[in-house]
Amino acid sequence: MPLNRKIAYIDLSTGSIETKPIPLEIRKKFLGGRGLDAYLLYNHTKKGCDPLGPDNTLLVSGGILTATCASATARTHVMAKSPLTGLLGSANMGGFFAPEMAWAGFHHLVIKGKAKHPVYIYIHNGEIEIRDARDLWGLSVTETQWAIREELGDQEVKSMVCGPAGENLVRFANVMTGIKNSGGRTGMGCVMGSKNLKAVAARGTMDIDIAHPAEALEFNKRFIDQITSAKVNQTQGTLGTPFIWGATNSWGGIRCRNFQYNQCEYADDIEPERIDEICEETMGPYHMTGCFGCQVHCRAQYKIPEGPYAGRYDEGPEYTSQGAFGGEPDTPRAVTVLTGNHLVDQFGMDNLETGSLISWAMELYELGIIDSKQTDGLDLRFGNDEAVLEMIERICYRKGWLGDTLADGGIAASKKIGKNSFDYLIHVKGMSNLHSDERATPALALNIALSSRGSDHLRSRPAIDLYHLPEEVLRKIYSSPVPYDGPLSSEHTEYIGKAWQVFWQENCYMAVDCLGICKYHTTFLGATLPNFEDWPKVLYYNTGIEMTPKEIWDVAERCNNIERLFNLREGLKKDDPEKGDVLNHRYHDEPTKRGAPDVVGRVIDKKKFLEMRAEIYEHKGWDENGVPTPETLKRLGIDKEPSHLL
Amino acid sequence: MAKVLQINYQKCTGCRLCELVCAVAHDGKSNPARSRIKVMKWEAEGLYVPMSCNHCQDAPCMNACPVKAIYRDEELGRVMVDYDVCIGCRTCVAVCPFGAMSYNTKDKKVFKCDFCDGDPQCVRFCEVQAIEYVDAEEVSIEKKREAAERLSVAGKEAAVLFGQL
Ligand code: SF4
Ligand code: SF4
Ligand code: SF4
Repeated sequence: MPLNRKIAYIDLSTGSIETKPIPLEIRKKFLGGRGLDAYLLYNHTKKGCDPLGPDNTLLVSGGILTATCASATARTHVMAKSPLTGLLGSANMGGFFAPEMAWAGFHHLVIKGKAKHPVYIYIHNGEIEIRDARDLWGLSVTETQWAIREELGDQEVKSMVCGPAGENLVRFANVMTGIKNSGGRTGMGCVMGSKNLKAVAARGTMDIDIAHPAEALEFNKRFIDQITSAKVNQTQGTLGTPFIWGATNSWGGIRCRNFQYNQCEYADDIEPERIDEICEETMGPYHMTGCFGCQVHCRAQYKIPEGPYAGRYDEGPEYTSQGAFGGEPDTPRAVTVLTGNHLVDQFGMDNLETGSLISWAMELYELGIIDSKQTDGLDLRFGNDEAVLEMIERICYRKGWLGDTLADGGIAASKKIGKNSFDYLIHVKGMSNLHSDERATPALALNIALSSRGSDHLRSRPAIDLYHLPEEVLRKIYSSPVPYDGPLSSEHTEYIGKAWQVFWQENCYMAVDCLGICKYHTTFLGATLPNFEDWPKVLYYNTGIEMTPKEIWDVAERCNNIERLFNLREGLKKDDPEKGDVLNHRYHDEPTKRGAPDVVGRVIDKKKFLEMRAEIYEHKGWDENGVPTPETLKRLGIDKEPSHLL
Repeated sequence: MAKVLQINYQKCTGCRLCELVCAVAHDGKSNPARSRIKVMKWEAEGLYVPMSCNHCQDAPCMNACPVKAIYRDEELGRVMVDYDVCIGCRTCVAVCPFGAMSYNTKDKKVFKCDFCDGDPQCVRFCEVQAIEYVDAEEVSIEKKREAAERLSVAGKEAAVLFGQL
């Protein structure tokens, strides 16, 4: 059974390893993946713990459906207190790691302490050992994985690793697996580095009994047909996420030059078709790749066609890398985007954070807030391709004053840089925003302001707002499994009804993260994709657990509240410019300059925004300060946390 | 008419869903180690090659089996193991040139592709059609067509180049 998968407590300081089953009642309360991680984090870290100290707890997990016969359930979740934000650290990646860990017998790892020298953890068919990794320290992301395979003499071993950025304690270092699957955001690779943990390697051949195999197979087939018949997934499966670049950019929904503009003027060169063209010779006409068991296969494969890294293989660049190394720094040359994407993948560093911080520094440089002394002579103008690539490396290795400064993340850097540099930092809770401009879409603005891990497009994005779906369709989606008869609006520039949409999507994405499913397989970019009504079946056929849609919704709400409790414990205050549920003032004060008529001249109305925020607090059962009320905690059965049941 | 699995590895996205469904369909267990098809991967180059049984005409596994437990099922044109006769000596595993005969350490049995009795699940689930179940005769025709197309494109390009000279 997938339910046999255990939890392991590993203390790197003492070398002790303890394994425990996960009781069924805990499964029903938190399912697995991100949800159970949140419970474990809240229970296993002390208030105010140093994110880089041995007391921080690193959680690694698969969802409850991971490695079953449910499609696209390959997600690995990683959690700890974030060294970037000081709040919840949380990252989710695809690839092949979590299923392998499940076949090796485990669904959750709770890693504490700090090893005396670099080590890696090896999990194999129910056994766990801590091995010497001194020879691996300093290696790149791919080199590390390959070296571990060599050492263990098994080419099927899957490892999640930290790259040089994690070793150098870059506060937004990623956990990486495969060539490009990134546990990005909030610096989980930095936590690995701080623990002297170079990698977690897994290899397993243990059976997972499927509760109802024939039904599980047939249902999976139906699921796949539903998913692959969605137009959005078909396009994604041939072009990858960059397919949205052209549309969003010409509409005026991206940010360029660190939020000065919401459209990039020279964007054609980084369109996916163009990238295909320059890479076709090396990659051929079929060039998409996918995560375990996934039929969307959203990643393009490429080899860098020219420059110092010519011939290097990588995957992507996804939409985020287009923005990070193209639109934002205004260097729209495909080769720069491909190279930048490759560098952050090999260093193990968040592309979004890296690109955003470099663009921020570029604006500061052009405004004279930093000068060429601080850049060590680097001409950090917008549009300077070489400078962008150089800065990626400087940040990873903390080279030069600026490289070292930016490696500590935006808020710490703004304190070091001083003057009014903080005003130009486009962040929420200390984490940079995606290269998207939400001034024309209040729902999406509320989503980033509220997200539990800082500015985030994967915690609750009602992106279908942009399709102008008829209101009945919206009502059908957003009134189940919990009835909702309040206002809804299919107008993306509206404020009414948006709080509910954001709330619903937040629970939807939490459910997906607990189950272990990828977000492209639910209501995200497409309205017809599976959600609460479908998950009980997939859960039942695979695991035998019977749950109603409403019960899955409750799990999601419960887990979202635990994340909130963690953040509140670590000092979140709703209006704090550094840690609060707020947006950079430029969202409210600077109207958008470019784009389509429904975009141009927009700001987020501060008063309406605050009303919307109060409304979502109410939906969530939080008081006017954004704190869950005792009744809410009681209703969700988490009024006795931390309960230390696991 | 005999059909075979035709693999176009260039289309494969490396997702390994074929492995998963093969194992679940046969054993009711999710475990790629039980799959009859296995995707060999060179991740650093983006090369993924699904490998399964070729149901060879002059099958080495069948020839080598000391107790004649392996036979050809003419109806589906497949090579099968008769478990009533098989002694589990694993000679077939040793001689198969493709590694398509495997040994399951839990059930203590050799196992191989059986075309899922004519409805190959790997084919059914592979949406990019990297694996197809086609008439044996068609395999080479398809390949001829592709090769011819490449030649003709090359020919056209050459003509253009010559025209430019
Ligand atoms: S299902 Fe198809 S695409 Fe996926 S690994 Fe198998 S052959 Fe390749
Ligand atoms: S198991 Fe190997 S030798 Fe036997 S028929 Fe299949 S491919 Fe040929
Ligand atoms: S045809 Fe059936 S038995 Fe053979 S590899 Fe495909 S799924 Fe497995």
